[in-house]
Amino acid sequence: MTQQVPLLNLTGITKAFPGCVANDDIDLIIQPGEIHALLGENGAGKSTLVKIIYGILKADKGTIEWNGEQVSIDNPSIARQLGIAMVFQHFSLFDALTVVENIALGMENSVDLTELEKRILEISTNYGLPLDPKRHVYTLSVGERQRIEIIRCLLQSPRLLVMDEPTSVLTPQEVEKLFATLRRLSTEGVSILYISHKLDEIRVLCQTATILRLGKRVSDADPRKETARSLAAMMMGEELQSPARPPKVTHADKARLEVKDLSLEAIDDFGVDLKNVALHVNAGEILGIAGVAGNGQNELLDALSGERSCDSSNSITMDGNPCATLAPDARRRLGFGCVPEERLGHGAVPDMSLAENTYLTAYAQMNLTNNGMIQTTARDEFSDRIIKEYRVKCTGRQASAASLSGGNLQKFIVGREILQNPGVLVVSQPTWGVDAGAAAAIQEALIALAENGSAVLVISQDLDELMQISNRICAICAGVVSESIPTEQATVEQIGLLMGGATNQASVS
Amino acid sequence: MIRLERRSELSRAMTYLSPVLALVLTLLAGIALFSAMGVSPSAALYTFFVEPVTTVYGLTELGVKATPLILIGVALSIGFRCNVWNIGAEGQLTLGAIFGSAVALYFYEVEGFWLLPLMLVAGIIGGMAWAAIPALLRTRFNSSEILTSLMLTYVATLLLSYLVHGPFRDPDGYNFPESRIFHDSAILPIIFDGSRLHLGFALALLVVVAGWILISRSLIGFQLRVMGNAPAAGNYAGFSQKAMIWLSLMLGGGAAGLAGVIEVSGPIGQLLPQISPGYGFTAIIVAFVGRLHPVGVLFAGLLMALSYLGGENAQINLNLPLAVTGVFQGMLLFLLLACDVLIHYRIRFGKRSAIS
Amino acid sequence: MTLDFIVLALLTIITAATPLVFAAMGELITEKSGVLNLGVEGMMLTGAVTGFASVFFFESAIVACIAAMLAGTLTALLFAFLVLTLQASQVATGLALTIFGVGLSALLGQNMVGIAYEGLPTLSIPYLTELPIVGKLLFGQDFLVYLSLALPFLVAWFLYRTRAGLILRAVGDSHDAAHAIGYPVIRIRYCATLFGGAMAGLAGAYLSLVYSPMWVENMTAGRGWIALALVVFATWRPWRLFLGAYLFGGITILQLHAQAVGINIASQFMSMLPYVITIVVLVLISRDRNKIKLNAPACIGKPFHPAA
Repeated sequence: MTQQVPLLNLTGITKAFPGCVANDDIDLIIQPGEIHALLGENGAGKSTLVKIIYGILKADKGTIEWNGEQVSIDNPSIARQLGIAMVFQHFSLFDALTVVENIALGMENSVDLTELEKRILEISTNYGLPLDPKRHVYTLSVGERQRIEIIRCLLQSPRLLVMDEPTSVLTPQEVEKLFATLRRLSTEGVSILYISHKLDEIRVLCQTATILRLGKRVSDADPRKETARSLAAMMMGEELQSPARPPKVTHADKARLEVKDLSLEAIDDFGVDLKNVALHVNAGEILGIAGVAGNGQNELLDALSGERSCDSSNSITMDGNPCATLAPDARRRLGFGCVPEERLGHGAVPDMSLAENTYLTAYAQMNLTNNGMIQTTARDEFSDRIIKEYRVKCTGRQASAASLSGGNLQKFIVGREILQNPGVLVVSQPTWGVDAGAAAAIQEALIALAENGSAVLVISQDLDELMQISNRICAICAGVVSESIPTEQATVEQIGLLMGGATNQASVS
Repeated sequence: MIRLERRSELSRAMTYLSPVLALVLTLLAGIALFSAMGVSPSAALYTFFVEPVTTVYGLTELGVKATPLILIGVALSIGFRCNVWNIGAEGQLTLGAIFGSAVALYFYEVEGFWLLPLMLVAGIIGGMAWAAIPALLRTRFNSSEILTSLMLTYVATLLLSYLVHGPFRDPDGYNFPESRIFHDSAILPIIFDGSRLHLGFALALLVVVAGWILISRSLIGFQLRVMGNAPAAGNYAGFSQKAMIWLSLMLGGGAAGLAGVIEVSGPIGQLLPQISPGYGFTAIIVAFVGRLHPVGVLFAGLLMALSYLGGENAQINLNLPLAVTGVFQGMLLFLLLACDVLIHYRIRFGKRSAIS
Repeated sequence: MTLDFIVLALLTIITAATPLVFAAMGELITEKSGVLNLGVEGMMLTGAVTGFASVFFFESAIVACIAAMLAGTLTALLFAFLVLTLQASQVATGLALTIFGVGLSALLGQNMVGIAYEGLPTLSIPYLTELPIVGKLLFGQDFLVYLSLALPFLVAWFLYRTRAGLILRAVGDSHDAAHAIGYPVIRIRYCATLFGGAMAGLAGAYLSLVYSPMWVENMTAGRGWIALALVVFATWRPWRLFLGAYLFGGITILQLHAQAVGINIASQFMSMLPYVITIVVLVLISRDRNKIKLNAPACIGKPFHPAA
C-alpha cells in the first residue's frame, strides 16, 4: 500500500487567524480509493484544513502534492479541475430553482439543461440516490438536498470526494444508504475524506483516520481496530468523563406538560403541517424528540412557545392550565420556558447587550418592569447572576449578544430561562454548534432542572445526546410525533425507523 | 488597497462623529457646487448657514421652521427603529392641516379658548386616520407601508387642492384657491414677542422629552426596538408585531397631523394649496441625522431648518435657486449613510490574504 | 365613442405605459439580483432632465436618450457603491437617492422650465403608417416605444434561457450559496443595479421628450414608486410586468379622458386614480404571502457579508 503514489499529500500545513492557530504543521496522506476519516472535536481545525484542500483558504505554510506533483490550490475552481469535490455541511442550494438548475450552477461551464437532466437521472439511479431533476429544491427534504450535492460532485468524476459532517441531517437508515454509495465509490478508485465526530459511524465506514486536536495532528489510526472509547480518548486527549445520565424520575404520574390532538397548518409551502401531535412530560423527567431537520420541529416549538396560536386551547395544558391559545408572555407567567433553535435573531437580539437580552424574556417574570418602565438595577442584577452562575465568557453584561461565541451565548440563553424557574422547559437543539465544555454544562443544567421537579422537553437532531440525557424518547417525522419509548429500552435502529416515519405513532384523539 | 473590516462591537465614537463628519463633507461639496455655479463659495456658505441666525428674529424663525421637523422627526425615528418605514408623513401632515382647518372654518368667528385645543386634536386625528390606512394594509394584507403611505401622499395633496378650490374656499376671496384667514381663536399664540415663534415650538420640545422617555426607558420602547432589530425574537418574547406597527404609524401620523395643523394655525394662518415645503420628507433626513434619537432629532431639526432659511436667504440675496436646499439636504443624507459605514466597519489599508 | 377616440385612447395607453415598462423592467432585474432600489423616482428625474437638456445640446434624439441612460446609470452607481460596497441600508439609501434626485434635477433644470420640445421623431413607413387604426398604432411610434415592446422578450429570454440569467436569479435567491460556489455576487449586483439605473434614466427621458414633452420640476409625479409597486404586482415576472404597465396605461385613459367617457367628477379625484389603483393592486398581490414568498427573490434587501 505504501508503494503507491498517494493521491493527496499534505505536509506541514499551517494556518493562523487573529487569535488562534487553526492548523499547526499538519501532515495528511490519502491513498487512491481509500476512505479516510478526519476526526476531531468542534474547533479542532478540521473545517480549516478542508477549506485549504478545496481552495477556499490558502495555507500560510506547507505544501500540497496531488498525485506526486506539487500544486497550488488557489480557488475552488482549481480544486475542481484537479478532481477534488466537496459536499459541505451547509448546502449551497437555491430553494426557488430546480434540481437541474442548481446542479448546472455548480458546474464550471455552461451546459445544456436537457442533457444534464439525462446525466443526473443516470447517476442517481446508478448510485442509489433517487432524485427528480425537475423538482424545486424547496420541496425536498434535507436528505434529498444532500443527494443533489453528492450528484453534483459525482458529475465531475472526482478523484477525491470530501464530505463534511454528512450524517447530521440523516436518519440512521439514510446513513446506511449513504455508506453503501461511498463504499461503491471507493471500490471504483475514488478516495473519500470523511469528516465527522461520530465515532461509531467512522468505525463502520472508514479504513484510516487522522485525528486532530486543537489544530495539531495528534495521531493516525485504523478505526476498524479501535473502540469508540479509544478514538474518543485520542480526540479529547484525556480520560473520558462518565457521560451524562438521565435524571431520576420521582413523580412519574404527574404530567406537567400535556399535548393532545395538536394540529397546526404550516404558514406557507415551505413549512410542515403538524398532525394530531400527542405527548406528555412528567415532573422530574426529560422527554427527547428525535428527528431530522424539516419534519415539523419548528412548527411544534412555535405551537408550544405560543409564537403561533392553536385553534383549541385544550391542545396544550401546563400543570392543568389550557394554554394553546395564549401568547408567549402569558405562558411564561404560567411557568413555561423555552429555548429556540436559533440563538441570534430568535433567542437573543444580536445587536443588543446581554442586559437587554435578559429583559427580553424576564421582563414580566422577575419584577423587572414597574408601571411600564424598565427597572434597570433589578435587570442588571439578574443579568449578572446569569453570567456568573452559567460561567458565560464575555466582557460583561453590556457586551452585545453577537460578540459571544456560540457556546457562551447558548449558556446565557439556557441560563436565562432556567433561572426563571420554569415548571416546563422546552429546548430545541440545545448543543448544536456548541463546544464540548459548554455542551456538557448545558446538559447538566437541564438534568438538574428536571431533578428539581420540572418537566423538560428536548428536541434534537443529535440522537446520541438524546439517548444520553432523556428518560423517554420519541421521534417526529413529517409533522407526526411517535409513541415514546423508555430510553434504556430503545435502540438506535428503532428510533431511526421512527425518525424515518415507520408507524408506531400515537394518534390519540 | 483599501478595504472594510467588520468591527466586533459597534463604535460608539463613530455613532456621534458620523453626522459631524457628514456635515463637514456636505459643506465641502457645497463649496464645490457653488464654485461650479459661479458663486463665491464663502459668500454662499455664509448666506446659507450663518447669516440667517445672526439676528434674534432669525433665531425665532429657526424655531418656527424646526417645529414641524422636530415633531415629525421624533415620531419617525421611533417608527424607523421598529423597521416601520412611514414615508407618507407629508400626506399625514396635509390631512392634519385639513382636519384642523375644517374645525377652524366650521367655528369661524366663534371665540373661545377651547377652539385651538380642539383644532389640534382634530389635526392629530386627521394625521392618524391617514396613517391608519397603511397600518391596516400592512397588518392585514402584508402590503409594504413604504409604497402605500407614499401613494397616499399624492392623494392627500390632490385632496387638499380640491378642498381649497372648492368647499373650503374663501367666499370673499376673489376666487383664489385659499380658505378664509383664521380668526383669533384659531391662531396659535406667539410665545416670543415680535416674532412668529408660536406655541408649537414648545409642543415640539415636549415631544422630544416624551419620545426620549418612551424609547429608552419604557417597556413599549423596548418592544419597538426589539421588533425593529429581530422580529422573531420579539415574537418569542410575546411582543405583538402588529401592535408595534400600528403604534409606529399612529405616532407618526399623529405627530405629522399635529405638525400640519400647527403650520396652518401658526405661521400660515389659513389653508392653502401648498402648506409645507416638504417637511414630511425632510423629517426623514432629520430622523437619520439625529441618529434616530429624540435629542439628536432636536439638533438635526434645527440644522435642517437652517438649510430652509439659508435657501430662502440665498434666493433673495444671491439669486440662487431654491432647489439648492433640496440638493443640500439630499447630499447630507447620502454622506451620512456613507459615514455611518464607519460605525460597523473599520478602514484597513494593505493587501488582503487569499480569502475569497 | 368614435373610432378616432378609440385610437386616441390606445395611443394614450401606449404613451402612459412606456415609461413604466422601462423603469419597472430595470427595477425587476435589479430586484432579481437581490437589491431593492427605492430610488427609481430620483433616477428617472435625472434621466428626464439630462435627456431634455441633451436633445438641445447635441441636437440628436438618440444621443439624448443615451445621455439620459448614462445619467440614470451614474445615479445608480452612487446607490450601488453605498449599498454594495459600503453596506449601507438599502431602504435609507434608496430614499436618499430619491430626495437627492428630486433636488438635483430641479437645480439642473431650472433654466429649462417652459421650453417646449417637438417630441421624438416617429416612424413613418409609406403605406403602412397610413393604414386606418393600426397604421399609427403599430407603425407610427417613436423608437423608444418599439424598444419597450422588445424589452419583455429580451428580459424574459435573459432570465430564463441564459446562464447569466440563471446566475442572476441564483444570486437573488441565496447570495451565500452563490458566493460559496464562487460567483462574484457583488459584481453581479452592481451590473443589475446599473442596468436598472439605465432603464430608469430612459424612462425619464421618455417623459420629458415624448410624454410632456417638456421639463417640469418633479415631473415624474410618483411614477417611479408606481414602477416599484408594479414589480411586486407582477411577482417579478417580465410578461406580467408588461401587462401591468399597460393596465396602468388604461387607468390613465380614465384620468385624462374622463369627460369624454362621460364621467363628471372633479379633476383632482380623477388624478388620484393611478395612486389609489396602485394601492389596491399592491394589496391584492401582497395578501397571498405564499405567492410572494415563492416568487420574491429571497435575498431582496438583505445586505451581503462575504464570510471569511
